[in-house]
Amino acid sequence: MAREVTTIVAVCAGLFFFLAGTIGLIRFPDTLSRLHALTKADNLGLGLIALGTMLQAQGPLQALRLVVIWLLVLVSGSAVSQLIALRVYRRSGQS
Amino acid sequence: MNLSPDVDGGLAVLIAGLALWTIAVRDTFAAVIGFVAFGLVVAVAWMRLAAPDVALTEAAIGSGITGGLLITAAAGRRRRPPPQPDGRPRGIVRIAAATASVLAAVGLGVAVLSLPTPAPTLAPNVALHLGLTGLANPVNAVLLGFRAVDTLLEVFVLLLALLGVWSLAPDRFWGGRPGAAQRVDPHAMLVFVARLLPPLGIVVGLHLLWVGAVAPGGEFQSATVLAAVWILATTAGLCDWPPVGKPRLRLVLVIGTAVFLAIGLAGLVIAGAFLAYPPAYAKLLIVAIELPLTLSIAAILGLLVAGPPSREPRR
Repeated sequence: MAREVTTIVAVCAGLFFFLAGTIGLIRFPDTLSRLHALTKADNLGLGLIALGTMLQAQGPLQALRLVVIWLLVLVSGSAVSQLIALRVYRRSGQS
Repeated sequence: MNLSPDVDGGLAVLIAGLALWTIAVRDTFAAVIGFVAFGLVVAVAWMRLAAPDVALTEAAIGSGITGGLLITAAAGRRRRPPPQPDGRPRGIVRIAAATASVLAAVGLGVAVLSLPTPAPTLAPNVALHLGLTGLANPVNAVLLGFRAVDTLLEVFVLLLALLGVWSLAPDRFWGGRPGAAQRVDPHAMLVFVARLLPPLGIVVGLHLLWVGAVAPGGEFQSATVLAAVWILATTAGLCDWPPVGKPRLRLVLVIGTAVFLAIGLAGLVIAGAFLAYPPAYAKLLIVAIELPLTLSIAAILGLLVAGPPSREPRR
């Protein structure tokens, strides 16, 4: 029971970060702020959803897979954000 | 609690919306991004249809590699815009294109809707004879056992596609390396990722190949992951594309089809038909085909994304 409640709370919190990140992505005025919004969804949102679903996993191996997926998205997300931000920075320096 | 009708309806709307957006949007880059997102959502739809093998292939090849190809093509067009004397295609061309597209769409729709229910299927036959291949995954039993000739022809098509890409090279670049020579800051983010991910990518790629015998996976999905690792490492500047004239590279490109053909022809002698395997050695022969085939497909996919040779070969 406690497990189910924790899952529901964690997934709902994760969905909240995804919602907030998506609204930020649509509403924020410039690329850097939009990146800031996006990383919240990627890092916290997906992390919380992974945490929630981990409690429902069948066995530790499946839970470990969810952790690996989260870490992979963290790595690729932060790398891509850096690349986009670097491009914005260089372009603004030129003009 | 059953959410599935809502989830599936939502997926269908999302797929149709993304498809329309991909066609309607003016900017080429935006269209490519739409196409990649479309591929990922279609992969989820295949999961909902309980076809994880197709979902994996759609995500890896339909969305990943094809997306990479299209982004490269879009970037190339932006650098060198094609000559367009009248700006936009003339009216008659546009009407012809629209008519052809509508006819194709209507034809497909009619074909799908007029399928008899239940649809004709060979699935029970496959399930009955699955043991003959030594595999437990029926999809790969079909791809490498019962209909291995289709897979063989697919790899030939890939090789021909690569030859087509290479044939776009100007004469002076022939035999040279594809892609642009690039210097990369050794402390850049991309270099860090390109050092971090390949070990994991190689393990996942080989795992996908190995589990293909019993679970969703197989040589195409595996090769895509391996090709992605290669593309990442070259994009980051950690290694360079090989010169297309290199004999060892040519060998890697054809070894998959060569082994496939050799085992297929040997089937004529030892099992009485082209691409037939004696049941006792079926699993062994299939693995013997899959390993070099994965290597070849990975090399072909990577070089397709790399494009035609664009640097003069060293004499």
